[in-house]
Amino acid sequence: MEQFDPRARSDIYGQRINRTSSPLRARSVPYLSIMIASVIPVVLIADVMPLVPPLGFLLLLGWRMVRPGLLPLWAGAPLGAFDDLFSGQPFGSAILLWSLAMIAIEIIETRFPWRGFWLDWFTAGVMVVGYWLATLLASGAPVTSEMLLVALPQALLAILLYPIMARMVASLDRFRLARARKIA
Amino acid sequence: MAPPSSRRSGFSRKAQYSLFTGYLLAGAGALLGSALLMLSLWQPSAFAPLRGGASDVVTPAGTVGAVARTETQGFFASIGGYFNAGSQNAALRDEMEIARVRLAEADAVRAENRRLKSLLNLKDSEVKPVSIARLVGSTATSTRRHAYLSAGANNGVTPGMPVISERGVIGRVLETGRNSARVLLLTDSESVLPVRRAKDDVIAFAEGRGDGLLRVRLVNLGINPLKIGDLMVTSGAGGYYRPGVAVAVISKITEDGGIARLVAEPAATNFVAVEPIHQAAAVAVLRGENSLGTPEGAANAEQQPSSAMPTASAAADDR
Repeated sequence: MEQFDPRARSDIYGQRINRTSSPLRARSVPYLSIMIASVIPVVLIADVMPLVPPLGFLLLLGWRMVRPGLLPLWAGAPLGAFDDLFSGQPFGSAILLWSLAMIAIEIIETRFPWRGFWLDWFTAGVMVVGYWLATLLASGAPVTSEMLLVALPQALLAILLYPIMARMVASLDRFRLARARKIA
Repeated sequence: MAPPSSRRSGFSRKAQYSLFTGYLLAGAGALLGSALLMLSLWQPSAFAPLRGGASDVVTPAGTVGAVARTETQGFFASIGGYFNAGSQNAALRDEMEIARVRLAEADAVRAENRRLKSLLNLKDSEVKPVSIARLVGSTATSTRRHAYLSAGANNGVTPGMPVISERGVIGRVLETGRNSARVLLLTDSESVLPVRRAKDDVIAFAEGRGDGLLRVRLVNLGINPLKIGDLMVTSGAGGYYRPGVAVAVISKITEDGGIARLVAEPAATNFVAVEPIHQAAAVAVLRGENSLGTPEGAANAEQQPSSAMPTASAAADDR
């Protein structure tokens, strides 16, 4: 069979015979990817204004929306604590806001169980803008009009970035469930 | 996509309990987060060791990024250089001639300075940097403007030390880890720096606005003597910075001072020097008085300094 089509006995997760997905990878990829996304903005030097949208939060939203039920409801607190170590916000702001975001999505999901991409994007957009505003207030600095103005591109970028993040989550999910382990 | 049906609890007691526990844990997480947020807004340095350890882990990756950044900047600059090489060459030649003359004049002034200082028995003490390091990262998602430095407590860096590039002031060390430190940049909205005009003694405070510019507020209000293009340098008040380091250039005049642009942009620097605190004794005294709640540090002028001076001197504590 493989002589005619090398992918005959495989699907998007790889070969089906004799293989299974690795449980370690299946459990850890969502958490690791969100943590890496929290660290990435640190490497950039932003001396003038906040440049990068909150990548960690966007990826958390992505995992929560694209794969509902994968992250437990309480996952916002430990992941937020990790984000707080690097984000420059006062410690505790992401723990609070990420937990609230997870609860909010859960409530929205029970209210509107049938959702599509556009509704997901709308929800994510509203949440990201709310998060952006809340981080401004919680940053410990007085909020001025100039500060709002320079931070505005960050909010717009975050909204526009959600579809890309959702696609990224989908490909990460394929990697997560890929049949990497050989059954002898 | 509808959520998996397994998450509807139905009549299953187990499912109902697990759903309830999930909400309970998430609510507890939110409460814990708000308590920690209150604590860290009240005591900003409470979690400094935790953050220091975290930044120690990330710093090596940041160093690679910093090297790549400076090299790419050089690469693009050298490509751009080819396009207007001829005219630039001529202009530079002219500038060089003038600069040579000025240099000779400066030598004469320096010699005279030395002679006058020796008459007054003043000693010129060369400031030796504590450490030379790279800026390896920043808090790019937050509205706070902090940067990470690739040197920490192991290199002798302590909180409060000024960070200076070859062009001018970058900021001040806020927290230290073992091999990394967190720097409060001048553009942060909590940063206050006592400055004076380079050519005379008009003193002011340079505060970060949070949008990359500095607000220069004059100490003595009245007719605003500032002009666009004036260079502001550190005045040495407060004890953290040595006097005479370039800070910012005035780009706009306002009622009580001006808006200024930074001289030393952190993103464009390669290496920065961490210098010792200029007058550690003065800083300690001001800090002690501030903690006792008697802001007597600089009550010699009218209204402005008495309120702003302790802020400036103890700005390492309250971020």
